[in-house]
Amino acid sequence: MPAIEPELQALKDNVLDMLALVRNQMIKCKEAIHKNDVSLAEEVIREEKNVNTQEIAIDRDCENILALYTPVATDLRLVLATLKMTNDLERIGDCAKSIAKFLEEDMKGLPKHWLKDFALEDMLETLVSMLKDMGEALRKEDTKMALKTAKRDEQLNDYNRKAYKTTAELIKQHPDSSKTLLTLFSLTRDLERAGDLTKNIAEELVFHIEARVVKHKKSK
Amino acid sequence: MKPIEAKNVNVYYGDNHVLKDVDITIKENSVTAFIGPSGCGKSTFLRTLNRMNDYIDGFRKKGKVYIDGKEIYEKKVRVEELRRKVGMVFQKPNPFPKSIFENVAYGLKIHGIDNKYEINEAVEKSLKQAALWSEVKDKLDKPALSLSGGQQQRLCIARTLAVKPSIILMDEPASALDPISTAKIEELITELKEKYTIVIVTHNMQQASRISDRTAFFYLGELVEYGKTSEMFTNPKEKQTENYITGRFG
Ligand SMILES: Nc1ncnc2c1ncn2[C@@H]1O[C@H](COP(=O)(O)OP(=O)(O)OP(=O)(O)O)[C@@H](O)[C@H]1O
Ligand SMILES: [Mg+2]
Repeated sequence: MPAIEPELQALKDNVLDMLALVRNQMIKCKEAIHKNDVSLAEEVIREEKNVNTQEIAIDRDCENILALYTPVATDLRLVLATLKMTNDLERIGDCAKSIAKFLEEDMKGLPKHWLKDFALEDMLETLVSMLKDMGEALRKEDTKMALKTAKRDEQLNDYNRKAYKTTAELIKQHPDSSKTLLTLFSLTRDLERAGDLTKNIAEELVFHIEARVVKHKKSK
Repeated sequence: MKPIEAKNVNVYYGDNHVLKDVDITIKENSVTAFIGPSGCGKSTFLRTLNRMNDYIDGFRKKGKVYIDGKEIYEKKVRVEELRRKVGMVFQKPNPFPKSIFENVAYGLKIHGIDNKYEINEAVEKSLKQAALWSEVKDKLDKPALSLSGGQQQRLCIARTLAVKPSIILMDEPASALDPISTAKIEELITELKEKYTIVIVTHNMQQASRISDRTAFFYLGELVEYGKTSEMFTNPKEKQTENYITGRFG
């Protein structure tokens, strides 16, 4: 077994850990809404630094592998893909934090049905399940499964589009709350972005495994 | 014109079939690296390109080798003339036990050049091209064997350059050198490719990826994959190549 092998295995494991961490953050956001429990949102904010720490640690591992083992071919692609994946995951983590911040500050005073109108919980549910399947695809290095999972980002796009209409209507009815409503809308956009980032992860797996670049190719 | 073209080359040493149907065209003014595990036939193939194998016991060759479009195994080909055109640098520096000057001048004299002025000029030029001039210009009459290994290797390159070849074959030219001498040889190779076609055998994957434009991967006497170095080292087509360059062999 070449000396680089255990290093690469550790890299893969650490990315999966980071993905699990980010997914957990999203689950807590979802639960916070579901149980109307602000303490869960606070947890998310507190734990956000763990995501960042993990990103920095993985980046450093990548740097070391590049410097010490000069990987080529599939090994090189794995390291490059990992660097991008951790960047994606960190940004998904940011999204969880934005949601948690909002919940921490505004959930109490919010009219009950607004969170429902914006389908935040449903969006979180979709994202969490996408992340679960994406983790599974990464673990099995199954590019088909990854691309299939990535497709579900369209559901998030739909939610986001509906949220736009919802925002417009609600602002008409409650002009005084427009700031809160716009924040809610921006959260749906963040979740839609998190879907895109999850899709990126699938594309990076394809690059690693098949040396194929699927990015920027419009699929119908 | 294609500087080197091999068609269906098969080589045997007695019963040992060491090269199998090798087909390759090598581009001019480029560096081509031959890589592959020990015993796969890299050196044999390299030597086939300037007929260095001719006198090895049991050596047989089938297929054609063209240099600048001419079949080099034809009867009328003069082997000394071929070797002037297709120079070779070996793994271990092999200067003659003579002065630095004599080592470089040697090939010129063999090829009938005896004008002193012409020789002096060619020696200086070759030593400069081989990036050795500044280190030896004040001691040209000193024995070549008093030079360091890295300097000796550059001296052998100067000796090869002196007779104005168009192709230079190098068999692991830096394998016995420290990193600084290796870097000098690599830099030199990169400079030389402007004027020469260079083929280099190397076991050092990073060296192959650093200096070559194209890479040929040999395995068990077959040319498994041949293509742009940048592609070979990021996305090789064949699984065997990938296993070899990532160190997952056997
Ligand atoms: N002079 C010779 N006589 C008989 N067989 C030889 C001779 N030189 C090489 N061989 C055989 O030919 C095969 C190819 O050898 P060659 O030296 O071309 O390999 P190589 O790829 O250059 O290996 P290395 O990386 O170790 O230098 C080997 O099986 C070797 O044993
Ligand atoms: Mg050899």
